[in-house]
Amino acid sequence: MPEKRTYPNRLGLNGWVFGGRWGVERYLFILHRLTGLGLITYLLMHIVVTASRALGAEWWDRSIGAVTGPIFTFGEFLVVAGFAFHAANGLRLVLIEMGWLTGKAEEPIYPYKTSLNVQRPFMIVMMALAAVLIVMGGVDIFAAH
Amino acid sequence: MRMPHTKLWSWHIIASVVLLVLLGLHIAIMHLNDILNLAGFNPYGANPIDWENVAFRTKQLSFTIIYILVLAAGLFHGLYGTQTILFELNPSPRVRNWITGLFLIMGIGLLVLGTWAAIAGRTTALALTR
Amino acid sequence: MNQTENKTTNIVFRVRRFDPAKDREPYFEDFTVPVSNGMPVLDGLWWIKEHVDPTLAWRASCRMGVCGACAMLINNRPGLACTTQILNVADKVLLLAPLPNFDIIRDLVPDLQPMMESHRKQMPWIVRDDEEEMLMPTDQYWQSHEDLDKYLQFSYCIKCGACMAACPVVATDSLFPGPQPLTQGYRYLVDSRDGAFKERKKILSSELGPWSCHYAGECSAVCPKGVDPARAIQLMKRELVLDYLRLNKRRYKKAAGLLPPEKRKGRREGIPEPPPFTVEGAASIRPPDRT
Repeated sequence: MPEKRTYPNRLGLNGWVFGGRWGVERYLFILHRLTGLGLITYLLMHIVVTASRALGAEWWDRSIGAVTGPIFTFGEFLVVAGFAFHAANGLRLVLIEMGWLTGKAEEPIYPYKTSLNVQRPFMIVMMALAAVLIVMGGVDIFAAH
Repeated sequence: MRMPHTKLWSWHIIASVVLLVLLGLHIAIMHLNDILNLAGFNPYGANPIDWENVAFRTKQLSFTIIYILVLAAGLFHGLYGTQTILFELNPSPRVRNWITGLFLIMGIGLLVLGTWAAIAGRTTALALTR
Repeated sequence: MNQTENKTTNIVFRVRRFDPAKDREPYFEDFTVPVSNGMPVLDGLWWIKEHVDPTLAWRASCRMGVCGACAMLINNRPGLACTTQILNVADKVLLLAPLPNFDIIRDLVPDLQPMMESHRKQMPWIVRDDEEEMLMPTDQYWQSHEDLDKYLQFSYCIKCGACMAACPVVATDSLFPGPQPLTQGYRYLVDSRDGAFKERKKILSSELGPWSCHYAGECSAVCPKGVDPARAIQLMKRELVLDYLRLNKRRYKKAAGLLPPEKRKGRREGIPEPPPFTVEGAASIRPPDRT
């Protein structure tokens, strides 16, 4: 029997971000990962910086001084925006992955309605909420201080 | 560990719900302060990161507990999530062990640092305001 | 467009070709095909084979959307070639490629063997311990409509592989079983006739479980039979987590028994005895462990 020579065809990382004809939920999945990575990177630095409050006012002011400036302010906004999205989308994901927003199994009758249809209204509400929170955070960070 | 993935994922979800509430509160105190009028948490003026406001919160036992909970939940949720992302890129078992080991050390190390900061911070803040 | 008009439009079929005997890498080849109203992609491929290039290779069988053989990437979206009408998805160029996330054997033919092996690891069969009844059935097993509805949707899978091609996790993670095996795993997990919840639970608490699914939802969007694998996987997570938190009673449920005595009809008279087993070990009900 001749040796089977196949050509590998796994999409790899392209399979995460390939754009075009995919649904909204696919992009939300990618954004959820990106915001998550951003947040954990921030958290690791944040723990170290804010630990200085244990040493008193002078150390605290020094740490805060080291992370003050326009770039840091913008970075802070990105963290708040990232958290707003990650939390809103995360709440949607918890409800779906625990089976509360998936809908029950039902006989498929064309045109098919899937669990994607069941969760879509809630997804829209969550994204609207995230947008509102991002705007509120932006106003607080850039305008109020 | 019996049923490792089921357990880890279940705690990942539990941590996410804890974070939704408590970290949401933290962000609201820090960044929605003016808009939502949360002066109860920031009685010393509008800037939540002024030392007076920080000391005011740090010395309260409820905040110490909340911050330690947020720290543990955040570190577990974030590091386990990052591990999941990295493992989906198909590293070899040896690399997987290195990643797990690194994240465990980082996670426990930062948990210890943060817990010390919360407790020692409370002591410092209490001493200063007496 | 008037359905009774016999107008033909020329559509360019841009097909991804690969011949392992000749080519080192896949490449695109264009064919201009006269397409009439209602013509599915499969008919376009047959036209190419009959009029232009007989070496073009693809899988097809039933040509009516029930066998799952002709799944391929049609304009960058996995679907069945026999149920996709060309003029619904293309007006000038139709891009055809084999399903991604599977090795290419030749032209539009993917190697689906890894999906079949992954499927087998989910134990897609009923496991019970009443051997005598299963060898010599005396009556039906009792299953209500509600019991049936729990898994019926997921039993419509035709194993076409479109969901596996659409899944972003299957794209990178070779250990993740994928939507098709997991849906079948769930179909048997909640089948009331199955008695192996404890064993399935153990298997699913590893890389063979649903834990790397993050609900991108593409599998359900592309499934040609409306099986909704994403739903099955989330419901599977629900079962396993609630069981871990001791919040559901599935661990205590026994496998469904026979019909209640007053409904039983019994074994019909005159059914001949089965012939003696010719394969050694065939008397054991549980399939041999081939993982």
